Amino acid sequence: MRVFNEIAVVTTICIKSIPQRFWASFSTVVAVGLVVTVLLAFLAMAAGFQQTLRGTGTKDMAILMRAGSQAELNSGVTRDQARLIEEAPGVMKDADGKPLVSPELYVIVDGVKKTAVPADGNLKKAPRSNLTLRGLGPAGIAVRPGLKIVEGRAFKPGTNELMVGRALQKDFAGVDVGDTVKLGNSNWLVVGAFELGGSVFESELWADTPEVQDLFHRQNVFQSIRARLTGPDALKALSDYAANDPQLKLDVTTEADYYAQQASRTSDLIQKLGWPLAIAMAFGALAGALNTMYSSVAARAQEIATLRCIGFSGTSSFIGTLLESLVLALVGGFVGTLVTWVLFDGLTGSTLSGASFSQIVFTFHLTPAVALQGVILALVVGLVGGVFPAWRAARIPIVEAYGTP
Amino acid sequence: MTGQTLIHLQDVSKRFVKGKDTITIFDHLGLSIPAGDFVAVMGPSGSGKTTLLNLLGGIDQPTEGSITFDGGRVDTLTEGQLARWRAHNVGFIFQFYNLMPTLSAARNVELPLLLTSFGRAERKRRVEAALSLVGLAERADHYPREMSGGQQQRVAIARALISDPKLLLCDEPTGDLDRTTADEILAMLRLLNQEMGKTIVMVTHDPEAAKYARRTLHLDKGRFTERELVA
Repeated sequence: MRVFNEIAVVTTICIKSIPQRFWASFSTVVAVGLVVTVLLAFLAMAAGFQQTLRGTGTKDMAILMRAGSQAELNSGVTRDQARLIEEAPGVMKDADGKPLVSPELYVIVDGVKKTAVPADGNLKKAPRSNLTLRGLGPAGIAVRPGLKIVEGRAFKPGTNELMVGRALQKDFAGVDVGDTVKLGNSNWLVVGAFELGGSVFESELWADTPEVQDLFHRQNVFQSIRARLTGPDALKALSDYAANDPQLKLDVTTEADYYAQQASRTSDLIQKLGWPLAIAMAFGALAGALNTMYSSVAARAQEIATLRCIGFSGTSSFIGTLLESLVLALVGGFVGTLVTWVLFDGLTGSTLSGASFSQIVFTFHLTPAVALQGVILALVVGLVGGVFPAWRAARIPIVEAYGTP
Repeated sequence: MTGQTLIHLQDVSKRFVKGKDTITIFDHLGLSIPAGDFVAVMGPSGSGKTTLLNLLGGIDQPTEGSITFDGGRVDTLTEGQLARWRAHNVGFIFQFYNLMPTLSAARNVELPLLLTSFGRAERKRRVEAALSLVGLAERADHYPREMSGGQQQRVAIARALISDPKLLLCDEPTGDLDRTTADEILAMLRLLNQEMGKTIVMVTHDPEAAKYARRTLHLDKGRFTERELVA
């Protein structure tokens, strides 16, 4: 109890004396806050990106790609393979008995981000960013039951018509319903906008597969096959079927697993950028924290000496000083979290997906787990920045603290 | 009214190393202070007055020699043991009061009691009694910045007394006060010595202050040059 009394009073003295060193303390809070903001901005970006991609796939949708191809862009699937999959076990059929299978083409086109539109509005002069154009088979919409057409209508097969994802519309110029988009040498009319649960598909342009094949001279070739599954065991049945047929050298996985893997690759990359940057900045904040806390110990040297004259232990001075540093860092951590939340949470951004080489639109998402990482980093800065000055506070000889020889 | 020896310094030497030089403050110094004594220590700057006070209070250790307090060696105690010894036996009164500016008068006075096993209610009762003794009961909730120098020094005296130590060490206790206030503080110290039997060692530059002591020791270049009995 006595020890707690000692620590409590020394901590009170330390904390209450912070206003006496307002600017030094303030600069520490700002430095730590800045570090936390930078880290959390990256982590919120990674979390948002991951959430977008992870929210994309479902467990009851199989995606089939050429064996070893990792991503749709590298894959190639023939029309014959697509026909064989239509007859495969585990594939759901619609009310008319037609298999819910969509051979899809996946190509990269380009568009202009709204932020890149020049002042005169001339899109031809603007820098362009990659976009995904997906060619959907006849069952392409039917295999995606969560699809909502929020404006206009679906494209008509056999026409140069496009449907545009809602997220893409928010981020890119010239893709509103009624706009004409020039892809290659032909013009395409935007006839509808869709939502699909905030998934990565909302960053895509959709059109009829044969029309896209014509445009890119890829007759009879697809990149992937989507097949809706009948139940939990259907994936294994489909995988076994593909494995046993020498014509079907295809990897079979669920769409959910495919996008989770894609998500982790890019979000890992974002985190690998964010953490080193934040840690490098944390060293700067650490120097500030050390400086502030050494000043604090110097300013309170006489108080520390007086308390130790009275009989207080060095331990209480150590813990009190350390807690002062942790409190400053914690305030910085909360300020950084608040700033990130205000500036970034919910902000829409887009980045180049490593797997598709096209822009994926996502929303920064400051999750509690992400915020916790920022606060932990702040506390580490506070702990390291406080421990050496606290050690000095505990060990400084009383006569030295009083300035006597 | 003095009694058995409370503090005894035997052959105490104190040397500091400063760069390449070794500075000798005391060389085989001897001193006995009986319980209930009130000693003023005077001398020019650099004569070792504050170092003597630091040695008596266990906040500095002699290079050689021994210091005994109430029959027990102090110079052999560890830092932690010394802290506990100070908490129970010594009250410090400083020239610039050394109150905690962020704590109220009552909280300042209470500090030494936080090192005891007294509960909150008992601590409060004792703090009120100590503040009443120095005439500041009504100032319990005031902060040091809201009080005059004399009032702050009285709070410091209350803090020094609260754990009922045998020894009070005063380092220029009136050095920052005007004559009238200084006399009030000195009269209070004399009262504590005469009525409560506190042993007091007071370092001072002020011959008027020294007159309140029972005797005055003159220190020069680390040696007592003269012993003068005042009362």
